Amino acid sequence: MKQYDAIIIGAGHNGLTNAAYLAKAGLDVIVVEKNDYIGGAAVSRELHEGWIYSNCSYVCSMMRQALHRDLNLTRHGLVLVPYLGTVGFGDGDRPLISYHNADASYLELRRHSPHDADSMFRFQADLARYAQLIRKTLLRTPPDPTSFRPRDIQEMLFLAKQFWMLGEREIYEYMRFFTMSAAEFLDDYFENDLIKAAMASPAVIGTALGVYSPGSAYILLHHVMGDVDGNIGAWGLARGGMGAISTALAGALQEHGGEIRTNAGVERILVKGGKAIGVALEDGEEISARIVVSNLDAKRTFTQIIDKDDLPPGIYDKAKNFKIRGSSGKLNIALSGLPKFTGVPDNRYINRGGQLFAGSLETMERAYDCWKRGRWSDDPFIESVIPSAWDPTVAPPGKHWMAAFVQYCPSKLADGPWTPEKRDQFGQTVIDKIERYSPGFKDLIVHMEVRTPHEIEAEIGLTEGNIFQGELTLDQLLFNRPFPGYAQYRMPIKNMYMCGSSTHPGGGVSSACGANAAREILLDLKLPNTVPEDDCYDE
Amino acid sequence: MTNTEDRWAGERLMESHFHPRQAALNLRDAWSSWNGYKFANYYYDAEYEYFCIRNSCGTYDICPMQKYEITGPDAEAMLNRMVTRNIANLKENRVTYVCWCTDEGRMIDDGTIFKLGPEKFMLTCGSPCLAWLRKSAFGFGDVTITDMSDETAALSFQGPASCEVLKKLGLEGIETAKPFDIMHFPFQGGSGKELMVSRTGFTGDLGYELWIAPELALDLWDALYDAGDDYGIHPYGEVATNMARLEAGFIMPDMEFSEALKTIHFQHDQTPFELNLGWLVDFKKPHFNGRRALLQDRDKGPAYKLTKLDIEGNKVAEGAYLYSNRRCTQEIGYITSAMWSPVVKANIALAMIKPEYLEGDIWAEIYYQKELRQYSKVAKCTVKNKPFWRPARARATPPPGL
Ligand SMILES: Cc1cc2nc3c(=O)[nH]c(=O)nc-3n(C[C@H](O)[C@H](O)[C@H](O)COP(=O)(O)OP(=O)(O)OC[C@H]3O[C@@H](n4cnc5c(N)ncnc54)[C@H](O)[C@@H]3O)c2cc1C
Repeated sequence: MKQYDAIIIGAGHNGLTNAAYLAKAGLDVIVVEKNDYIGGAAVSRELHEGWIYSNCSYVCSMMRQALHRDLNLTRHGLVLVPYLGTVGFGDGDRPLISYHNADASYLELRRHSPHDADSMFRFQADLARYAQLIRKTLLRTPPDPTSFRPRDIQEMLFLAKQFWMLGEREIYEYMRFFTMSAAEFLDDYFENDLIKAAMASPAVIGTALGVYSPGSAYILLHHVMGDVDGNIGAWGLARGGMGAISTALAGALQEHGGEIRTNAGVERILVKGGKAIGVALEDGEEISARIVVSNLDAKRTFTQIIDKDDLPPGIYDKAKNFKIRGSSGKLNIALSGLPKFTGVPDNRYINRGGQLFAGSLETMERAYDCWKRGRWSDDPFIESVIPSAWDPTVAPPGKHWMAAFVQYCPSKLADGPWTPEKRDQFGQTVIDKIERYSPGFKDLIVHMEVRTPHEIEAEIGLTEGNIFQGELTLDQLLFNRPFPGYAQYRMPIKNMYMCGSSTHPGGGVSSACGANAAREILLDLKLPNTVPEDDCYDE
Repeated sequence: MTNTEDRWAGERLMESHFHPRQAALNLRDAWSSWNGYKFANYYYDAEYEYFCIRNSCGTYDICPMQKYEITGPDAEAMLNRMVTRNIANLKENRVTYVCWCTDEGRMIDDGTIFKLGPEKFMLTCGSPCLAWLRKSAFGFGDVTITDMSDETAALSFQGPASCEVLKKLGLEGIETAKPFDIMHFPFQGGSGKELMVSRTGFTGDLGYELWIAPELALDLWDALYDAGDDYGIHPYGEVATNMARLEAGFIMPDMEFSEALKTIHFQHDQTPFELNLGWLVDFKKPHFNGRRALLQDRDKGPAYKLTKLDIEGNKVAEGAYLYSNRRCTQEIGYITSAMWSPVVKANIALAMIKPEYLEGDIWAEIYYQKELRQYSKVAKCTVKNKPFWRPARARATPPPGL
């Protein structure tokens, strides 16, 4: 039987990245994917003729530019394109418009609050400072703070130096920031409810925290630490949908001789004498390899595809208790025309970009309360984008699709399991809310894909539908991700690694987890590293 | 003097035939000038407009570009004597890219020649060229040179959606136009006026140039913007053009070369060989201007060679010197244009480098600023032989869908 050098379980974008870098180093790799399509949560599918949805992730900012460049992803068809203005809808009449131009944005803020318009400069500078620091860790392996190996000490020193460069006062601020709530953080800058709500929106996306929960300030940072061509905090679109990222990564992998097999779900990781030796597929076929890499989340990897008896003591429980609470829903809505929003001028740069149906911090917290009680929010927070207004390839000319991301939606309902009827009711709640701000919106709908955590888990195997493959709180970040002691991509079974978003630096379409894992694997195999350095160090 | 008279009239720039529409869209009032015309640097956001070229479609005003009609039985011979390329085989309704030189073989300008009839050509170029054309016609009996620059409205229309939009505009068969083809269409039915379309451009992407009588300029604009509305049509200016052309590896006057007739120092202008335009010089054709000097230049080898560089990191190497060693002691050339390429995600540049150093290491000493502080770094450069951006759609006929 053929033995591969490496099997990667899961063709999520991180699995593909990992495989591409291993193949680039000359390894004979195969990626096995349970679905008949690749990409995991970075995927585009045509569910309604002529419309190409980015079914899960829909905007791009975290993708490491250095990897894009190094793997020639543009040559493999990936082009990242911008979308402009975002409008925040509050509980009152007048929306908050975020223009693409600094002066225009300042004037708009001043119309809402001269104080906040001024404060925004300090807010942006502070966030940029925090972001610059965290960005420098993205393409690095977190050091083990308990280890005395030279590499760990060196990495600890690197981190310490970056911290030190912030200055003494900022070190305190930074530590506070990691454990603060988004609301507390924002209170220090802003007075206006709508401005606060709009600024808080990145803090709730994907998390099972509310704006008043400690730790939510970091989530905010996680969503603004990316960049588009060096503009930190900016978001763009992948031309042709997020699946273009996965397709390009697959192209890079194949260029280096790697293989991908779809419809090949893994039933079990085969372990012999404490070493991973291959996988058994759902159809019974066994594939053997020198190393096995899991792109699945930590909970799924250790509680579903490994025999409990093959694990050293303690790991199973750690995995079982890994915090991976689903909290998000997503609607992909095909529209026969461009929706109009109340209070938004007919300005083509701002009436078709992104929308935040945020309300106020209070509204957002009430939406969270529903989640805690096992219900979907009756007045949910929605962040939407209309990619078709910027990318001519994802809907027929003149037609559009809207990606609507929804907080909060629980993976388990208090009143029993999810059913298709409940899913549709959830969808209804969301479009009812949009209709409030866009009368006539519902008449434009020609097709809709409604996804609750239940569908997200069933289709792409994100446990509980958690979009980050595990909550992004300090106890599960950096050297604690996924578990303390296992943050360097090596898992407790020999020759087994993890490369998905459950590892540092966490969720989002960044390719960083996959690349970092590849670097560690190559180190263990004593092969030259193929993973480039990040290009953000002289920011 | 009546008070309705514009006392600044003599200082004002000319307005292009598309100006009323472009002015309305220039939300940032970002104007510069080109050949006496008021000309947009950008309209809304330069980078967004650049992406229209790469992602959807955009228009670029080429009214200020110089256009000369050259007609008569000797037109072809005269042009063939002036430019370095052989245009004797140029077919009717085809365009070709050319350059022309002084007797010393130094490049005056580059441009395109359109063959519109057996004895009818159009030459387009960035800077006024009438005097040189007249000089070049000396000794040719039957040639008429007419400056059509102000009497032609021309709009470049570029981007992956451009062909789709032209189809929607009703240009039947436009998808059959090959690169450098010219097609003619009746404009808006029976007006008797025609719209000329060439599959040309300065972006390295799929694109066309539209040529029409000035009185129809705004009608063309309106019809095109109507057809393009669902395809993200948007005007772009100088900044976006400059980005797109650099990715395509095209040269720009005052960046890569100094026009020879305007250059003071004899070493500050360039030969086509230095600019990598050797393929435009045809020594097999009958005598042409600069031939002897160019032969010498070819045999001796140029002093510098225009080179495409991919530079590590993301600090743009604008104005950087190049060295053969990391310590930056042996200078070997200089950067002419540099940018971060948003589409390729690479730090790219064009540079003039002494050919003998092209095989070895190349390092750029880059200066950049962060919050008023100057920093510098030395970055390794890799020579690229192909354009940074050259999508298949730019050459495919018919062009693929969006
Ligand atoms: C609704 C939603 C919206 C999001 N929005 C954004 C956004 O706009 N921007 C952004 O940056 N991020 C966003 N995210 C987060 C981001 O998409 C994910 O964090 C990221 O794509 C995860 O990538 P991954 O490769 O680590 O894992 P995954 O994409 O989860 O890949 C895991 C792969 O493993 C496969 N698999 C599972 N079980 C098996 C098995 N037993 N055998 C074989 N294969 C298996 C799965 O099918 C999948 O292909 C969003 C996520 C969701 C769900």
